[in-house]
Amino acid sequence: MSRLFPHPVLSVALVFLWLMLTRFSLGYLILGTALSLVAGWAYSALHSAKPRIRRWSAIPRLIGTLFLDIIRSNVAVTRLLLTEGRSGRQSAFIRVPLQITSGNSLAVLAIILTATPGTAWVEYETETGILTLHIFDASETDHYHDVIRNTYEPMLMEIFE
Amino acid sequence: MSPLAAVPLAVAIPVAFFVVLGATLTLIGALGFARLTSFYDRLHAPTLATSWGTGSTIIASALMFSFIDGRVILHEFVIGFCIVLTTPVTLMMLGRAALMRDRAEGSDALPEDMRHNRDPAADTHARD
Repeated sequence: MSRLFPHPVLSVALVFLWLMLTRFSLGYLILGTALSLVAGWAYSALHSAKPRIRRWSAIPRLIGTLFLDIIRSNVAVTRLLLTEGRSGRQSAFIRVPLQITSGNSLAVLAIILTATPGTAWVEYETETGILTLHIFDASETDHYHDVIRNTYEPMLMEIFE
Repeated sequence: MSPLAAVPLAVAIPVAFFVVLGATLTLIGALGFARLTSFYDRLHAPTLATSWGTGSTIIASALMFSFIDGRVILHEFVIGFCIVLTTPVTLMMLGRAALMRDRAEGSDALPEDMRHNRDPAADTHARD
């Protein structure tokens, strides 16, 4: 079974996407399933480590928090861009030591930080586990430290590690 | 009569609101991109367009066409999903390329302690 479906989550997501983009019918379901099987094999040849999701229940909470955070930082960055030159805004690099080490949780954290305006992922050092971020508003340094270490990291650890 | 004329006000108002919101955020992001001066600052402006700029337009489109076709249409969310998933790849690549370049040049765009590749032994102290 696991040889046939090396990445069940990926394959199911692909079938779902396929049906959403076409229209639901038996023919499309079969075609989509066949394609997602091939994609699953191709992916396992490229990347054999299998992501393990330990707690599915934390995922909606993560998405909800991210959604609110994106709205909040959209407002903040919009305000700063409109007052650019008058607000005395300064940007800064900050270094955040991370506890998460698995590739999957780091990838999700990268998506979170990039999707949120105001933070840009610059560098992660594997040996030390220190993440370097560029933040748009240096006065929010403490806020980002707090959000990453106390909100996102525990959730990602719950899901993946 | 075009199908658009059949849309009642109660649907048209939220659709218009979301379209205008998305377009405005994208415009502000683009203006910021043009006006900001440092490369690292410029990484932030387009994320307005890729987050709520896209999100808001997607919501408006899904609302509008779900109503016109009389069934739930969620195609647009696939676009949003793919944008959220792929933006970090390009942004991180650009950010890291800039960092490599600035480090090689010893540029003053970077703070003092980031201009050289750090000694890993020094970092273990910084973590405590």
